[in-house]
Amino acid sequence: MIGIVNYGAGNIFSLTAALDRIQVGYGMINSKEDFDQFDRVIIPGVGHAGAAMNKLRETGLVDTILALEKPVLGICVGMQLLTSYSEEGEAELLSVFPLKTLHFKNRVTLKVPHMGWNSVKAEADCPLFKDIPENAYFYFVHSFFIEHSPVYTGATCNYGIDYSAAIQKDNFYGVQFHPEKSGGHGEQLLINFTKI
Amino acid sequence: MLAKRIIPCLDVKDGRTVKGVNFVDLRDAGDPVELAWQYSQQGADELVFLDITATHEGRKTTIDLVKSVAKQVNIPFTIGGGINELRDAEILLNSGADKISINSAAVRNPQLIDDLAKAFGSQFVVVAVDTRFVEGANYVHLRGGREKTDIHTEKWIKEAESRGAGEILLTSMDHDGTKNGFDNPLLGHINQLIHIPLIASGGAGNEQHFVDVFQQSNVDAALAASVFHYGEILIPELKERLRAEGIAVR
Repeated sequence: MIGIVNYGAGNIFSLTAALDRIQVGYGMINSKEDFDQFDRVIIPGVGHAGAAMNKLRETGLVDTILALEKPVLGICVGMQLLTSYSEEGEAELLSVFPLKTLHFKNRVTLKVPHMGWNSVKAEADCPLFKDIPENAYFYFVHSFFIEHSPVYTGATCNYGIDYSAAIQKDNFYGVQFHPEKSGGHGEQLLINFTKI
Repeated sequence: MLAKRIIPCLDVKDGRTVKGVNFVDLRDAGDPVELAWQYSQQGADELVFLDITATHEGRKTTIDLVKSVAKQVNIPFTIGGGINELRDAEILLNSGADKISINSAAVRNPQLIDDLAKAFGSQFVVVAVDTRFVEGANYVHLRGGREKTDIHTEKWIKEAESRGAGEILLTSMDHDGTKNGFDNPLLGHINQLIHIPLIASGGAGNEQHFVDVFQQSNVDAALAASVFHYGEILIPELKERLRAEGIAVR
């Protein structure tokens, strides 16, 4: 069973619909006690990273999340929250990863937001991409990106610059794209997360 | 590589799919949820539903339709039509829509773009623009192209971008329904003016038209309806053709 951290940052209809399609059970995490009911955790997130971080702090769940030893997957802004800092709102974040979340603007000349299907190059040891072809396309919608890291990047995306499409460290994982909207490969990635 | 997107557009009325040929004659082309699922399986990158339902009762059917699509389809979709205020958009967001598209409501009340972008993020807000070339200039048109405004298309699109639109869906009414190809010069010209994604619409008749619109105007996505609904263009074959022409597709 997957627990979804319910902190009010964006709509989770698409995520729960995707979990229904792949027949994975899930529930909402509203309190510290709720974590015990689940064997893995998803932190969703859409919108403004600074605002999302404030909402997450208001739930009082931050310390529990940081202490988790079960697999955790951050999606989109939920992934960015796992980094140490975002230029969006100049926000201090969870610092699970010693990485920064940066704005595309002034760094690339391409259109922002980065919107649409982009190919992704996964590292061989990243379990999220098991049974997914090389350079598969995933659906992205974002204006801020997590810097590339030789240590923590689990998959690389190039949009004028190489950045982290996926990150991993111990039991913590994150994906910048939306697996719940990324067709069959996205569903496979969610299935893979349930088997980590 | 960021792929160029192929987007089938489904006109829906009272929960059923229809497509206007030049926006006048309507023909039934099936169940929208079934059609949407088929398109997602065929490799469509995204879907647009244009709701032309006029009645309050029919509108409820549309909400149910959005929920069914969100549950069953694993690619992003946009819903347009009937969105006049924040509340309309919020219901669609909570029903699982990834984006909403606004057209005449934005022309009548441009502040709506700012309000929607602020409330739900720019990525949620597509501004659809119907344009026609009249006496030497491009003008925004309303009511499916029947009503001309005095607003220059270029100026309006720039304004929509600055107010927070996340994407522009531009339909050339001169090309729509003709099947003679997209309005590539206009699309190329508009694409140079903005820094947000541009979706081309109006005029698709064969595979070459999609090759042309991506190569000549460099738009981010191309949308069509009847050529897909009636099987005149099959998406897997279209993608194969685009790939062979060196255009990045999924």
